Amino acid sequence: MTNDECKKVVLDIIADIAPDEDLTKVKPDVRLRDQLQLDSMDFLDIVMELRKRHGIEVPEADYIRLASLDSSAEYLTPKFNALAAKS
Amino acid sequence: MNSGAQYDVAIIGAGLSGLAAGIRLAHFGKRVCIFERHNAVGGLNGFYSLDGRKYDVGLHAVTNYVPPGVKGTPLGKILRQLRIEREQFALCPQKGSRVSFGPGGESTLRFSNEFALLESEVESRFPKQAGGFRRIAGFVREAPLTGAGSGASARGFIRESVDDPLLEDMLLCPLMFYGSAREDDMDLGQFTVMFRALYLEGFARPLEGVRVMMRALLEKYREAGGERRMKCGVKRIVAREGRAAALVLDSGEEITAGHVISSIGAAETAALAGEAPRVGRTLGYVETISVLDRPPSALGWGGDTIVFFNDSERFTYRNPAEQVDVRSGVICFPNNFDYGPGRGLKEGFFRVTCLANYDLWAGLPEERYRVDKARWFGEIQESAKRFLPKLEDGNSLLRATVARDMFTPTTVEKYTGHFRGAIYGAPEKNPEGRTALSNLYLCGTDQGMLGIVGAMLSGISMANQHILQAPAPAI
Repeated sequence: MTNDECKKVVLDIIADIAPDEDLTKVKPDVRLRDQLQLDSMDFLDIVMELRKRHGIEVPEADYIRLASLDSSAEYLTPKFNALAAKS
Repeated sequence: MNSGAQYDVAIIGAGLSGLAAGIRLAHFGKRVCIFERHNAVGGLNGFYSLDGRKYDVGLHAVTNYVPPGVKGTPLGKILRQLRIEREQFALCPQKGSRVSFGPGGESTLRFSNEFALLESEVESRFPKQAGGFRRIAGFVREAPLTGAGSGASARGFIRESVDDPLLEDMLLCPLMFYGSAREDDMDLGQFTVMFRALYLEGFARPLEGVRVMMRALLEKYREAGGERRMKCGVKRIVAREGRAAALVLDSGEEITAGHVISSIGAAETAALAGEAPRVGRTLGYVETISVLDRPPSALGWGGDTIVFFNDSERFTYRNPAEQVDVRSGVICFPNNFDYGPGRGLKEGFFRVTCLANYDLWAGLPEERYRVDKARWFGEIQESAKRFLPKLEDGNSLLRATVARDMFTPTTVEKYTGHFRGAIYGAPEKNPEGRTALSNLYLCGTDQGMLGIVGAMLSGISMANQHILQAPAPAI
């Protein structure tokens, strides 16, 4: 998986949990919170969907890594690739 | 020790807050079961059938209504958190409401789902107070959705900005009737929640009533894998070493759960756990419902969705000295929502709520209870009619009426299990939802959020906070 594909995975999840947000103009290097109406409850859902859909566990200490699309991709892409290598 | 079922989370009560909590937890993969004593879901916002007609128990209007596209509001939050689409709740906005004070409603403030209407009404009727009113609205806008200033007095807060007691009472009357468990005053936190819910946001209703929303919640809960056991109340919470170790059901069966969320009220929950419940001064209500063979508009009553009325010099919101206080109340016409062209309720409804004294209704002999109900039904309607356009012919309401129903605080107590029929719970709220037992939490009215949307938000936030553990808002 590439970083861009990983960003797409995260955006797909956000599109499902926040269907009322316009995601076409999300800047990858800006905190998601600063450009979308997402609160801590919504981040909880992103973490849950990563686990449910993709089997990716994000421990609470790492939640901060999901702050922006760039930081999410940097953190999650290796996890996706490690998972793919195992199967 | 026991062979009963084991759950990650047991929820007591299948009302709006319990179901919302259940959806969140089931969605996150928790093994969750809701236990409901009644054979129907809904709790304080349930519905019932009588002689082939369907009635809503508590629903006048869904407060906190905002049109599609308005963000950062409680309604948007619950839809997201429950993954329910707006369309599933099928909310139709109100036509318009008002507060009318004076013996014949001489002082009136109209309000609608456009806050600008109330602003201009205050400006034209209370020109000297307009600046103060704007300050109050500004404070509420900035307050967190869960309320700000908990514990303080709403009257004290209003008086810092508004020095006309009539305006103070007129602003408080709807907020108190739709959600204050405290006599004569309101908790400031509750005030900000209700001001937002009624004035900044607004009223709506699904054409078929609250059952539309319950259906959406039940479907979601089932899809997410939640279990539900009806006619299966919890008789006792077994406390051991500071924890809720097990639940004993009405059937005698014992079940265990890692966490327990109770939506049945603080005192009611304490009683299940064997503690002496502290029941404070609660407030009770009566409601009369007239079913009409024509829409209210045919009687000249098509313009108002909700009317909050009061005929006295000051507005008194406390336990009445008699069974009912007819001086003030709330009129609701469920027909007068904007259901869209060609859509509407098949029959007309005229509902009136007034404050009632639980102690004077409880324990009456059957016959006396019936006679008192019939007498007050008439008095309540006569009082309310003073605030509506005059009927052309004095008997036309009676002639149009095809069915009647009425509930008292004892009806509410009997069907919902809430002590003393206290619809809005105890005067003191518990925003953290914690109890004497470390794994037992409260949601619903006594946690502090009110109304249909508030109830759901209460269940969601307690599930998130205590069981799913929302991350720190630093992200």
